[in-house]
Amino acid sequence: MECRLPFSLVVFCLVILSSTVRSELVISSVEKFVDLHSHIVRVVSFLKVENQGPYDVSEFVLAFPDAQAKNLATMLVIYLEEGKIIYSEFPTSSTKPKSKQSNMTFYPVTLPKKLEKGKTAGLDVYVVLTNLLKPLPKEITQAESQLLVYTDNIYYTSPYHIRNQSIVFRLPGRIESYSEYSEMRLVESELRYGPFEEQPPFSYSPVVVHFENNNSFAVASNFVQEIEISHWGNVQVTEQYTIIHGGAHLKNGFSRIDYQANPSMSGASSFRTLVARLPPMSHSVYYRDEIGNISTSHLRGDSQGTQLEMELRFPMFGGWKISFSIGYSLPLHDFLFESDAGNNVLNITFGSSIEEIVVENQIVRVVLPQGSKDISVKSRFPTKKSQELKYSHLDIVGRPVVVLEKDNVVPEHKRYFQVYIYYKFNNIFLLGKAMMLILGIFLLFLMCILYMHADLALSKTSSWEEETEGRK
Amino acid sequence: MATSKVEGSSSLRHAFGGVLSVFILLLIGVVAFSIRLFSVIKYESVIHEFDPYFNYRVTQFLSKNGIYDFWNWFDDRTWYPLGRVIGGTVYPGLTLTAGTMWKLANSLNIPLSVETVCVFTAPIFSAFAAWATYLLTKEVKGTGAGITAAAILAMVPSYISRSVAGSYDNEAVAIFALIFTFYLYIKTLNTGSLFYATLNSLAYFYMVCSWGGYTFIINLIPMHVLLCIVTGRYSSRLYIAYAPLVVLGTLLAALVPVVGFNAVMTSEHFGSFLVFIIIHVVALVYYIKGILTPRLFKVATTLVLTVGIAVCAVVVAILVALVASSPTKGWSGRSLSLLDPTYASKYIPIIASVSEHQPPTWPSYFMDINVLAFLVPAGIVACFLPLSDASSFAVLYLVTSVYFSGVMVRLMLVLAPAACIMSGIALSEAFGVLTRSMKFHITKYFECSHTEAPAKLGESTSTESSAPLENMTKSDTTEKPEVARKEKVARRKQKKEKELTENAHVKPVSAKKEKRPLVLPLEASIVSVFLLIVLGGLYVLHCVWAAAEAYSAPSIVLTSHSHDGLHVFDDFREAYAWLRHNTEVDDKVASWWDYGYQTTAMANRTVIVDNNTWNNTHIATVGTAMSSPEKAAWEIFNSLDVKYVLVVFGGLVGYPSDDINKFLWMVRIGGGVFPHIKEADYLKDGQYRVDAQATHTMLNCLMYKLSYYRFVETDGKGFDRVRRYEIGKKHFKLTHFEEVFTTHHWMVRIYKLKPQKNRIRGKSRKSKLGSKSTSSKSGGMTHKNPWN
Repeated sequence: MECRLPFSLVVFCLVILSSTVRSELVISSVEKFVDLHSHIVRVVSFLKVENQGPYDVSEFVLAFPDAQAKNLATMLVIYLEEGKIIYSEFPTSSTKPKSKQSNMTFYPVTLPKKLEKGKTAGLDVYVVLTNLLKPLPKEITQAESQLLVYTDNIYYTSPYHIRNQSIVFRLPGRIESYSEYSEMRLVESELRYGPFEEQPPFSYSPVVVHFENNNSFAVASNFVQEIEISHWGNVQVTEQYTIIHGGAHLKNGFSRIDYQANPSMSGASSFRTLVARLPPMSHSVYYRDEIGNISTSHLRGDSQGTQLEMELRFPMFGGWKISFSIGYSLPLHDFLFESDAGNNVLNITFGSSIEEIVVENQIVRVVLPQGSKDISVKSRFPTKKSQELKYSHLDIVGRPVVVLEKDNVVPEHKRYFQVYIYYKFNNIFLLGKAMMLILGIFLLFLMCILYMHADLALSKTSSWEEETEGRK
Repeated sequence: MATSKVEGSSSLRHAFGGVLSVFILLLIGVVAFSIRLFSVIKYESVIHEFDPYFNYRVTQFLSKNGIYDFWNWFDDRTWYPLGRVIGGTVYPGLTLTAGTMWKLANSLNIPLSVETVCVFTAPIFSAFAAWATYLLTKEVKGTGAGITAAAILAMVPSYISRSVAGSYDNEAVAIFALIFTFYLYIKTLNTGSLFYATLNSLAYFYMVCSWGGYTFIINLIPMHVLLCIVTGRYSSRLYIAYAPLVVLGTLLAALVPVVGFNAVMTSEHFGSFLVFIIIHVVALVYYIKGILTPRLFKVATTLVLTVGIAVCAVVVAILVALVASSPTKGWSGRSLSLLDPTYASKYIPIIASVSEHQPPTWPSYFMDINVLAFLVPAGIVACFLPLSDASSFAVLYLVTSVYFSGVMVRLMLVLAPAACIMSGIALSEAFGVLTRSMKFHITKYFECSHTEAPAKLGESTSTESSAPLENMTKSDTTEKPEVARKEKVARRKQKKEKELTENAHVKPVSAKKEKRPLVLPLEASIVSVFLLIVLGGLYVLHCVWAAAEAYSAPSIVLTSHSHDGLHVFDDFREAYAWLRHNTEVDDKVASWWDYGYQTTAMANRTVIVDNNTWNNTHIATVGTAMSSPEKAAWEIFNSLDVKYVLVVFGGLVGYPSDDINKFLWMVRIGGGVFPHIKEADYLKDGQYRVDAQATHTMLNCLMYKLSYYRFVETDGKGFDRVRRYEIGKKHFKLTHFEEVFTTHHWMVRIYKLKPQKNRIRGKSRKSKLGSKSTSSKSGGMTHKNPWN
């Protein structure tokens, strides 16, 4: 049933789309590279688009099957004209095609300038997908390697006619099995299908690759980052992770002797360390969990950045979970800038500092100093935003907290995305707490003085004293 | 004119001395706090050992759920399936203290975690204890002795061992409460003020909340009262100091759920009631003596004595009968082992199995109180010159605590404050005598060389030199009236005494010649002072060393220094973290009771037994399972819903306090309840051995198997680095358990109970598999065991 659906759909879409303006575009060639080295699937497609219609076209539509669109973490489209990059965009708004049966999601891309008729332009589409690699078998023993299955469409999914296309899978190692097609070639760890010529829009033919992948399957099911700004010159960052090994589950328990005696053979799919790249000038780094410090870590710093190599409490096998938190301090002047009109601009890089990790749910809490006003957030991608108050360090009115929440965050977010937070802050508030402390201690002393001088006794103490003295 | 000047300068000196002593006390507090931070600096800010984890967990619960839920807390994560009523079985003082501190900090928006507060509770209260010691010793022997005693207590190793940062245990606050209660008692005794008597009851209440050691107070104070009465020192002050304490204190103590009616029903408290009766009788006698003539009084005495003795005999007989009717004779096991040191090891293996309940050895005295052991006798002598109510109390406190410390290592902690007070008194008195004679010689020297110097000079030097003495020897009445003393006495009626003082000033040489015999030679006193300072220096060095090296290890993280640097063994937390994250929330974990508190606190999993050893049978069940063969153990554990079994194994890295070394207690406690476990089956030549000479039972019990499963594969020989020999049975398979996790250094091994097998095989095969695990091991292996 499911197999048949795409075909009927293709026909259906064809009918609908043939009447639209889109059909005037033709993809003259597509080369699609699917990188399966880690648990994050990165797909790069190099498209050549030709306008065969009578009009100039200003919009290009990218199509993804829903299964991919659901797990699409981020996408970058680069528009090339005569080999030069003239524009790049992160498409975020998606539309569903009008047809109700469609299991496609469309991402319209507005071209920077209209593609004139008869002209050709290049489009590079970079897509990052998560959760698409499924372990098969689902449970492995410690001695076995992890095998994954990746399923895709052998043809480039597009609402346009494609003249010439090919698809390449880049694999980390041994291939267990793969779909057989007549036009295919396996060179070392590269599996190439194609070229296929003259395919109608939404052509579909499944391709399945079953391969070995022992790279660390670190998935952060929960990641909370708290960034606390102090106008005394410090930014304190705390990151809390709950990490799961998202690969094939471990079966039959963990044997330390096998793991220690033969590290290369045993526990190939497990990982013991995670590497976090902290911003340059990070200091006061800590790494701990709810039961204390985790003493096995290494910190290397240079001008490019600080690298924190964290050894986890135990080696992570499939299905195992662990949680920990790291924290570090940064100099404020690297992140805070003054814009016009007395606004402070805080420049935050979004995403986890741990390399090659998928974050299922990320919450960033930016704690601004007490007394900040007129807060606004600018980000290049949609996030759930909210504001709350936090009380710490002798606060009275509380610090405004900007909360940003996003699902499915990948390392690419760290590379390309920034968040800007604008707010107003009067530096006179810095003195507030010092004054408060001074006043408090002054009052304490004052009360001491008053107590020492006041006679709180009900009876005349002095007379009683004299009386007793006299008795002596 | 001259006198007003003298008075002005002396009051200034007093003010200066006051500020100085406040400043010194502040510094003592800082020292007491900071000397305990070695554990945080060398290791980390973490809760230590076993019991503190439970206290930490209770504090977490308290801070999360509030005080009312705390009182009603039924903990279902421990003693499965019995559970434990935490609110009614825990001394709440420590938890409430830390919870209050945390709440206070949080209400001021100071972001401290519960853990941080718990870690630093003990050092903070050590500073308080030092100040309380100052107050107590000041009441006994004056400010100088007080400050010295406070300084000594601030760094006494015995106390440090229980109160380093992270050692979040009852003793941390209890020692402060103990000293403070004693201070208030002495203060009441010295002043006769009902205000202090009330405060004393409250302090006693705090002590009852904090520690089971409160029985020490409620027995020591009556002893002292009795001593005072017997030695004819009864006074109304004594009555005020004692009677309100017993009435209010007992009422308040009964409010603490864990004590409850024990405050009136157990033998530990009977002494106080008896003395309470006696003091009333004595008070009555004194009253009657006051209103009767001596002759009438004599008649009354004989009459009352004859009747009284008869009544007393009856009452005592009833009491004895009542007490004797209860099985432990009304005394709890721990208290009984105090009176009879051999009691515990004879009857209660569970008490004897705790290392801190063993009697201490002589080196541990030297380690824990160091030079104080030599200063204490001098302090006792000083207390007898003169003997006051307060100093007799100090002596009594010392003597009783020396006895108790000889019974149990743990009670060394009670001895430490007493030793500090005595040493403080001794040092202060010695310094007083020595500096006084030095001053005397120096002034004499001055006067000899400046014979023509005007009288004024002599006056100023003598007043100056005697002023500090005034502080030190305030309560010392044996001293002959000195210049300064006269000045002090005469301060109110200065004008009248003017001539007298001036007389004394004019001819100080003659005045001092009179008391020459009390003065030591200059050289001797200089050398003695020097030696005392060296002694103090040695003490400080020892304390710092003890704090830094001996007592700061948190025991959940171990370190070792090898040729390639520091090596950290963090296996316990590795295992607990694994349990916490990779088992189901409601899974039950069985281990020996030592690890119960840590498992519930760090791994958040339900345990069968824990360090609160309230149910001997339950512990014996686990002990029996550990000492049974695999199948029997599996059945026991399965009946308790256990899913994981945790054992601690030190054989790979040489960690001595592992489960094999504790195994003897598992057998003994298990065998005490379940007679089929016989200790003799595990012994070879009277020893627990796991090498080739070990018994068959030993090599087939669960503990052996879980500890050494696949151990031989590490080095090929199975060499145990704790026991220092090769293990007896090297190759075997587990039939009813499977290994699920072993930590990096093999210190903690976790096994899972295999699910029950389907009934497929024949009955004979199955029974063979279960009961004779030796014969069912892998066929290829060679049998090396001698009994095969």
